[in-house]
Amino acid sequence: MLRAALSLLALPLAGAAEEPTQKPESPGEPPPGLELFRWQWHEVEAPYLVALWILVASLAKIAPRVQAGLLDFLLFGSLISAVDPVAVLAVFEEVHVNETLFIIVFGESLLNDAVTVVLYKVCNSFVEMGSANVQATDYLKGVASLFVVSLGGAAVGLVFAFLLALTTRFTKRVRIIEPLLVFLLAYAAYLTAEMASLSAILAVTMCGLGCKKYVEANISHKSRTTVKYTMKTLASCAETVIFMLLGISAVDSSKWAWDSGLVLGTLIFILFFRALGVVLQTWVLNQFRLVPLDKIDQVVMSYGGLRGAVAFALVILLDRTKVPAKDYFVATTIVVVFFTVIVQGLTIKPLVKWLKVKRSEHHKPTLNQELHEHTFDHILAAVEDVVGHHGYHYWRDRWEQFDKKYLSQLLMRRSAYRIRDQIWDVYYRLNIRDAISFVDQGGHVLSSTGLTLPSMPSRNSVAETSVTNLLRESGSGACLDLQVIDTVRSGRDREDAVMHHLLCGGLYKPRRRYKASCSRHFISEDAQERQDKEVFQQNMKRRLESFKSTKHNICFTKSKPRPRKTGRRKKDGVANAEATNGKHRGLGFQDTAAVILTVESEEEEEESDSSETEKEDDEGIIFVARATSEVLQEGKVSGSLEVCPSPRIIPPSPTCAEKELPWKSGQGDLAVYVSSETTKIVPVDMQTGWNQSISSLESLASPPCNQAPILTCLPPHPRGTEEPQVPLHLPSDPRSSFAFPPSLAKAGRSRSESSADLPQQQELQPLMGHKDHTHLSPGTATSHWCIQFNRGSRL
Amino acid sequence: MGSRSSHAAVIPDGDSIRRETGFSQASLLRLHHRFRALDRNKKGYLSRMDLQQIGALAVNPLGDRIIESFFPDGQRVDFPGFVRVLAHFRPVEDEDTETQDPKKPEPLNSRRNKLHYAFQLYDLDRDGKISRHEMLQVLRLMVGVQVTEEQLENIADRTVQEADEDGDGAVSFVEFTKSLEKMDVEQKMSIRILK
Repeated sequence: MLRAALSLLALPLAGAAEEPTQKPESPGEPPPGLELFRWQWHEVEAPYLVALWILVASLAKIAPRVQAGLLDFLLFGSLISAVDPVAVLAVFEEVHVNETLFIIVFGESLLNDAVTVVLYKVCNSFVEMGSANVQATDYLKGVASLFVVSLGGAAVGLVFAFLLALTTRFTKRVRIIEPLLVFLLAYAAYLTAEMASLSAILAVTMCGLGCKKYVEANISHKSRTTVKYTMKTLASCAETVIFMLLGISAVDSSKWAWDSGLVLGTLIFILFFRALGVVLQTWVLNQFRLVPLDKIDQVVMSYGGLRGAVAFALVILLDRTKVPAKDYFVATTIVVVFFTVIVQGLTIKPLVKWLKVKRSEHHKPTLNQELHEHTFDHILAAVEDVVGHHGYHYWRDRWEQFDKKYLSQLLMRRSAYRIRDQIWDVYYRLNIRDAISFVDQGGHVLSSTGLTLPSMPSRNSVAETSVTNLLRESGSGACLDLQVIDTVRSGRDREDAVMHHLLCGGLYKPRRRYKASCSRHFISEDAQERQDKEVFQQNMKRRLESFKSTKHNICFTKSKPRPRKTGRRKKDGVANAEATNGKHRGLGFQDTAAVILTVESEEEEEESDSSETEKEDDEGIIFVARATSEVLQEGKVSGSLEVCPSPRIIPPSPTCAEKELPWKSGQGDLAVYVSSETTKIVPVDMQTGWNQSISSLESLASPPCNQAPILTCLPPHPRGTEEPQVPLHLPSDPRSSFAFPPSLAKAGRSRSESSADLPQQQELQPLMGHKDHTHLSPGTATSHWCIQFNRGSRL
Repeated sequence: MGSRSSHAAVIPDGDSIRRETGFSQASLLRLHHRFRALDRNKKGYLSRMDLQQIGALAVNPLGDRIIESFFPDGQRVDFPGFVRVLAHFRPVEDEDTETQDPKKPEPLNSRRNKLHYAFQLYDLDRDGKISRHEMLQVLRLMVGVQVTEEQLENIADRTVQEADEDGDGAVSFVEFTKSLEKMDVEQKMSIRILK
């Protein structure tokens, strides 16, 4: 071939050598001036044509020579078009797209397993039957099998989820088997689905989805960590093995046969048709979506469709006798998988960055603008929360009601409601410590600047922050200060720069819309949590102070209704504490308006039907739970099974809402104690609020409650009619479960060293009169904490 | 979904609210739903406590101020008041600016009104100016604890200096608007779902 080419090439040269002599030249005519450009076609005609011919022939060689029928190609198409969850997860972890996008692509890859499996099986059986034997009914059966496979797989998964949740409910005494249960039952779900030729991936997915809430509430903290870490390790291993297999198969050339046309064609078409499909479907979807998917999302969706090991496994499984083109398919699949994972996977991050950056403007913001930008972001986030960003969903509410009433009672350990955990003791201890130091400082609640608790970070305690520190910590996307550093000239500019850095590094970040997706390799805390803690503490402190100030102004006028309320409370007694709490649910939490509203709603609720208030409780809980999910979605890191409790402790609104109380009750108790000294008014309303929090907490079944001990200080205290008679004679009751958000900073750390805390706990016991927390019963009043507190103060 | 309880007729003064705020019927229904969901005891109005129960606001540095802004007078806000505040965040559509009748009052979601809302969040004593003290307070809210008090004061000083043109040591609304003329306020203070 080469020699022929060379000889062919030699010809034109010889021809060209002859040509000049044959060129007709008019004898004696001078050339008409210097020609810059001459068309010399006839000189190159022959070789040109030859080269062209060779080129065309080689291209024709590229054309697919694969002998395969339509059904074979359909089969190949069905397995090559499936997006692979493993690859997608690996890549999207890097890219940090917003949550919606991640859900769309990752969800697609998970759920399309059913479709892939069905299509593959259908096409495979068609191929085996031979195209001549396929009848119309077979097509219908194929479509029906799609539903059977996917729904059946999901059903299997849900059954096992139910089993898992139910069994973990009873593992209190044998904690060690909990991880084992989780793994085995999940694997059993997989095997069962495989056995019934249903979609196994869907089964495992639904098992995880269905059981997460209850299992997390039921199993111990250590089991949770174990499960999470083990899963991550296993996932990592499996993924590595799969891609190693892929690589080895690629090298082993006995398994595949190369066909350039097929490979090139496949690559081009999968990109093109995926983009087409995404655009069309997005257009349809956007008609119904509140928040439309914009161009960037569509690009990410179509570019982020990575093929992976599933396609490879399926193609290897083809029967060579039935599908003679198998080797070509294998080669193509390998190339496609490599291409999508390597090329698309590596380039998607720069692509996204480029697209996003293209949209944002670059201008050096003034201090004002920076500050106000942040303000606006916060405002927007807050108003979105007020509006209820996720809207009202009838079915979701119905589901949550059903879940609360039946499922959670059945599947969650009873004590999960009570939020039993050893962590409580740590919180407990911290509360006391904080309280003591607060008192030591003079205990003036009304002074806003003087309040520094050991567990709360204090502005004044930080000696120095260098610019470099701030820079390192900032990591804010909006910080364009690096430019400023370079161009600092005058002193004023330098000051400006310093301030920019201070602001940039110090400003609280607004709730991130683009939250980090599930990470397979890290379980880590986020700066967002630290920020949340700080903000929460300050907000609560402020609310408490404003409440206190209005209390002084208003309480005397309301002294009359109070005894009536407390009298009623007394009447109800401990046994009906829950009902009472239920009645006061609407009171919510302390507030500047708490006093007034307490009285008002009290009057209303006297006539209200208890069942109705129960319902209100439910609705209230539902609402709160919804807010929880909203808040939970913000600024959360780590994987789907969050082991690190602190992420969830602050934001969840029911616990948050509840937490307001307990935290404030912490302060409130302080206030109680303090007020006894300074003859201030006892915040009765705080306690009514606390009552509500107890009942709401009991019925609240969300996992975050598990992590966040919640103070339910329910003092049905026998109170005098006069407010100034402050001292709290609180009955001693065995129960307490409380959350102390401000101490979360410590809690996060103490989680890992809870055992080490025990000795400290011991030494505080005499002070605290630490009681046995192992037994919680609903509705029993607490104030255990309060009592301790009083005792502590007297010491 | 769940439309049996959310008929348009249920909203009192629905039409007048719509005219005043410019919300669409669907958005108004949505907000009414939300109002009722927030109003736990079916009082017909919202109190501060109801809004404070929104957990997300507790971890928002400006949460309390936003809640305050819903209560311009007194302790309760009814549905029209609730909607009126939220109307500031309606996205600005081009048709609004084109067909604006110069005699009609400016729509609630105009740029000026959005800025005015933000201005009021800063200006707590309602004197029409953001004093240095108020700026300092906002900064304290918004900045993490690793920035010291002194640095905060410096920043507050500089911020006021930058914006202050007539030298009175405080930022008036006009100066505030001027300092933000480059910012795309319409986009930053709009919630897409409220149309």
